[in-house]
Amino acid sequence: MSDWRKTDIVNVDQPELTAAERLYVPQVLGGFKTTLRHFFRKRLRDETVVQYPEQRRVLHKENYRGVHRLNRDDQDRVACVACFMCATACPAGCIHIEGAESPWPDREKYPARFEIDELRCIYCGMCEEACPVDAIELTPKYDLVGRSRKEMIFDKETLLAVYDRTKDDKPRKHPAITGYVRLTIDKD
Amino acid sequence: MWEWLSWESIKDNVLADQFGFSLLLVPVLFGVMMLAVAYSVLAERKIAGWIQDRYGPNRVGPWGLLQPIADGIKALMKEDITPGHVDRALFIFAPWMIFVVALVGFAVIPWGGAFRWPWMDESAEPILAQVASIDIGLLYILAVASLGVYGLVLGGWASNNKYSFYGGMRAAAQMLSYEVPLGMAVLVAILTTGHLRLEDMVLAQTGFAWTVLFHPAAALILFVSALAESNRTPFDLVECEQELVGGFHTEYSAMKHALFFLAEYAHLITGSAFIVAMYFGGYLIPGFTWLNESSSVWAMLARMLVFGGKVAAIIGFYMLVRWTLPRFRFDQLMRLAWKSLVPMTMALVVLQGVIVYTDCSQWLALPGNVVIVVAAAVVGARSGTPVTGRQQSLMRKEATG
Repeated sequence: MSDWRKTDIVNVDQPELTAAERLYVPQVLGGFKTTLRHFFRKRLRDETVVQYPEQRRVLHKENYRGVHRLNRDDQDRVACVACFMCATACPAGCIHIEGAESPWPDREKYPARFEIDELRCIYCGMCEEACPVDAIELTPKYDLVGRSRKEMIFDKETLLAVYDRTKDDKPRKHPAITGYVRLTIDKD
Repeated sequence: MWEWLSWESIKDNVLADQFGFSLLLVPVLFGVMMLAVAYSVLAERKIAGWIQDRYGPNRVGPWGLLQPIADGIKALMKEDITPGHVDRALFIFAPWMIFVVALVGFAVIPWGGAFRWPWMDESAEPILAQVASIDIGLLYILAVASLGVYGLVLGGWASNNKYSFYGGMRAAAQMLSYEVPLGMAVLVAILTTGHLRLEDMVLAQTGFAWTVLFHPAAALILFVSALAESNRTPFDLVECEQELVGGFHTEYSAMKHALFFLAEYAHLITGSAFIVAMYFGGYLIPGFTWLNESSSVWAMLARMLVFGGKVAAIIGFYMLVRWTLPRFRFDQLMRLAWKSLVPMTMALVVLQGVIVYTDCSQWLALPGNVVIVVAAAVVGARSGTPVTGRQQSLMRKEATG
C-alpha cells in the first residue's frame, strides 16, 4: 500500500479551452485592442523613452558602480597606502599595485604603480568596500570608450585624472584620513 | 527625320496609345514599387516601435525617413559571401527568383481605372492606367505568385545545410498548403463579381457592392492565406531566428539577404493590392461620383491615391497582426490550412455557386457566411479539434480518479 493520499496529487494539465477561446477570433480581436491601445498612447511613449545621448537616465550617484578613481587627500597627494587589500579582494584580479616607500613623512607606503584593467573589471565594488582609507571609489561614469585593450588599462595618473574630473560630480564619501603614524626604527 | 520625336507624335503614339502608355508606366511603377518596399520596411519598424511603447528608427532623417537609404547603402557595401559548399547557380538564382516573382504581379493591378487625356476626344478608347489588362488577370497573378515557392525551396536546397533544407521544405509545405484556401477564396470573389479581369472586378463593385460585405468570411480567409503565403508572423516559423537560425536564408549575406527580406515585403504589398482590388472595391469609394466615374487625368491620379491608401491600410493591418499574435507551430499551421480553412472555403464556394445559379439576391451570402462559420465552430467543438487547429494533445483523456 503506498503512503500517499489522493489529495497529494495535483493535476497540472493545461486548462481546457472554452468554446469562445476555441474559436480564436475573439481572442485575436482582444489582442488587437491591446496593441492598438499601445499604438495610440503617445504620451506613454514620450514619458518612457529616453533619447540617448541627448537625454540620460538619472543615476543614484552615491551607489552607481562605474569607472574607478583614486582619491586625493586634502594635500592633493594620492590617498592610497598600498595595503593591497583591494587587489586581494578583487574577484577578477584586475588590480596590480607596486608599493614603495612614500616620499612623505606622515605615511609609510604609497603606490609606485597602480593599474586597473577596466576591461577585466566586473564593477562589483569589492575594492571600494575593502579599502581602509577610502582611496578607491567607483564613480557614476559608465560610457567608457577605448580603441585598444592597452588603452583601457588605467594607470595611476589616469585614475587620479578621473578623480579630478568627477570630484565635483560625486564628492568623496568620507573625508580623507590624515594623521598616519609613521613607525620609525630608532637608530642607536 | 526626327519628327517621330515631336510632341505631336509622342501624344498620339505613346501617351494616347495603350501599349505605349503601358511601356511608360512600367519604369514608373517599378520605381514606385521599390520605394514602397523600402519604406514599408521602415513603416514596419516604426509601427513595431509604437506598439512596443518606444519609437522606431528616428535618428537617420526626420522621423527616420532616410533609414531605408542607409539600409540600402549598408546592404550594397557588405561583403557578399558565397560559401564554398553551396550549389552556386541555384544559390544565386533563388533570391532573384523570389523577388522578381513578387514584383511581376504588379502588372495587372488596376491602379487608376480608365481615363482620357485632354487632347483625346470623347469617342476615343479610354486608356487604362495599368500595365496590362489581361482577360485572365487573376489567373496570371495566382500563377506567378505560386512561383515564389521555388525561390524558397531553391534557397533551402542550395545552401547545402541540413537546417536550411529543413526550413526550405517547411516553407514549401506551408506555401503549397495555403495556396488552396487562397485560390478558393479568390474563386468566391470571381463568382461574386462575375469576371476574371481585375479591372472589371473593380467596376462590378460600384456602390455598396464591395465583395467583403457579401463574404466577410472569405475575406478573412484570404487575409490569413495571404499572410501565410508571404511567410509573415504568425506563420513565419520557417524563417524566424528562434527556430532554424534563418531557415532557408541562413547562408545568405548582404544583397542576397536583402533581396529575400525585401521579397517578403514585396509579396505583402502585391498581396494587399490584390485583396483590395478583389474584395475592397479597388479605387472606388461609394458615393463619390466624380472620383468613380470621371475620365479626367486628375480623377485617375485621385483614384491611384485612393487605391494606394487602401493598400496602405491593409498593410498596416498586417503589421498590427504581426506584433499581436504569437507564432504557429508547424503542425498547427498545417492543421489550420487543411482541416479548417479548406472545408470552410469549399462551403463558401458552394454557397456562392448556389447563389449565382439560382440567381437570388447576393445579400443572402452574408447570412450564409455566418452560418458556415458557426457550423465550422460547432463541428470543431464537437469533434474535439478546435477550428484553428491548435490541438492540446493527441493522447486520449483518461478518466481521473
